[in-house]
Amino acid sequence: MPDLLEVVLKLVLVAAAFAVLPLLVGQAEHKVMAHMQGRLGPMYAGAFHGWAQLVADGVKFAQKESVVPRAADRTVFKLAPAVAIIPYLLVLLVIPVGPDGQVALDLGLGVFFALAVMGVGVIGAIMAGWASANKYSLLGGMRVAAQLMSYELPLVFAASSVAMAAGTLSLSGIVEEWRWWWLPWQAVGAVVFFVAGLAELRRPPFDMPVADSEIIFGPYTEYGGLRFALFILAEYAGIVVLCALTTVLFLGGWKGPFLDAELGWLWTLLKAAVLAFVVIWLRVSYPRLREDQLQKLAWAYLVPLSLGQLALTGVVKVALA
Amino acid sequence: MTGQEIVFTLLGVVAVGSAVLVVTTRQLVHAALWLVVSLGALAGGYLVLTAEFVAWVQVLIYVGAVVVLLLFGIMLTRAPIGRAADLDSGNRWAALAVALATAGVLVSVVVIGFRDASMPLRAGGGSADALGAAVFRTWVLPFEVLSVLLLAALVGAIVLSRSDVGGPKEKEPTKKRGER
Repeated sequence: MPDLLEVVLKLVLVAAAFAVLPLLVGQAEHKVMAHMQGRLGPMYAGAFHGWAQLVADGVKFAQKESVVPRAADRTVFKLAPAVAIIPYLLVLLVIPVGPDGQVALDLGLGVFFALAVMGVGVIGAIMAGWASANKYSLLGGMRVAAQLMSYELPLVFAASSVAMAAGTLSLSGIVEEWRWWWLPWQAVGAVVFFVAGLAELRRPPFDMPVADSEIIFGPYTEYGGLRFALFILAEYAGIVVLCALTTVLFLGGWKGPFLDAELGWLWTLLKAAVLAFVVIWLRVSYPRLREDQLQKLAWAYLVPLSLGQLALTGVVKVALA
Repeated sequence: MTGQEIVFTLLGVVAVGSAVLVVTTRQLVHAALWLVVSLGALAGGYLVLTAEFVAWVQVLIYVGAVVVLLLFGIMLTRAPIGRAADLDSGNRWAALAVALATAGVLVSVVVIGFRDASMPLRAGGGSADALGAAVFRTWVLPFEVLSVLLLAALVGAIVLSRSDVGGPKEKEPTKKRGER
């Protein structure tokens, strides 16, 4: 019975994290972007520095009429938001926040599971782009597909470099093996993983699929109300998942300068929060990459860099053995 | 029947059912999406058989990459919403006969070859450790042969897709530098 209680508690915690963390990132984005641009951002909702702005947004989204375009493929159109958001919830299940089983589901193949399931989420955006019966949405969907195909490769290479270094595919196992000197050793892999992950999430500067000045809002153009909110939530859940994965794979997860065992979860959250800040910072500071620049970055720089990292990992691993 | 067998049978039904829908649906993009369901159910089947590594590779490569490539190809060329009248092929009866014959051969090979032989499932039997040890110790030569085959296919694909490799250069219109 205690086992069952533990499982239920863990699932509740994961659900809570899935509901709260994306909103925190969203609110941080409002405020950080505003201050970087010399504005204040939301100030009224909830009185104290506009903390309830996203709650108010959620209420607004829920009140809106649910519209499906007449020419759209209704089933696929309605299914797409769910396909976009559920994979990120599943990935959150396998991310360890602390030592000694502070993870909802300790999979032996955690890295593979996370990468495989994250790739599925992109199908949601492609479905949305096709089913909307809108040429801008279709163009956006095609850009999503092209982007996934080019950035999946460096993402997997960079992650497998860490798995090689640790000698395990388990996310908890990788953190157990992690030492501080992995930071310089795996630095290239970390940057490649983070950049490719950003591209897979279609965050600026890789937001060509939703480029508002050319194709309105890409695959999500025809969406409104709760379905639109789900897509936006999927984007922020994706940021949480990417930052947590980068933390666990490259930054030593729950390992900190002191009190690893007691405060492990705090170190994980802190590192992920810093990475989320970097994600927002990049959005404010970089202009959008053009489609050809986007593809060139993946194939001409990230893939060779990640292959070089794999070679380096192999050489150092053999030299140490 | 044990719980595992029931789940495995259900996954098989889903895989076969959605595979039939892939070839019978009149909507091109729906066919690709049913393929996602079919391949996903197949991955579930691998999971029940404790082949975890193969299952997640199936999701990563087939659902995550191959279907995305398919969808990209369909959307790039022609992706009408609604039923397409010209999706029926005149060869469908021949295709059905070939499919049934292939299935017959495969099923009879398995039945004749293994009869009622069975293998106990161990947890971790299909983990990355076990699979890696098997591939790189026992089966390393077939593995290398396969990688040479894949490399040859890769080189072939590059040669076929690039008109500036190997072909007669004179036929190409001469372009000035910077002209598009």
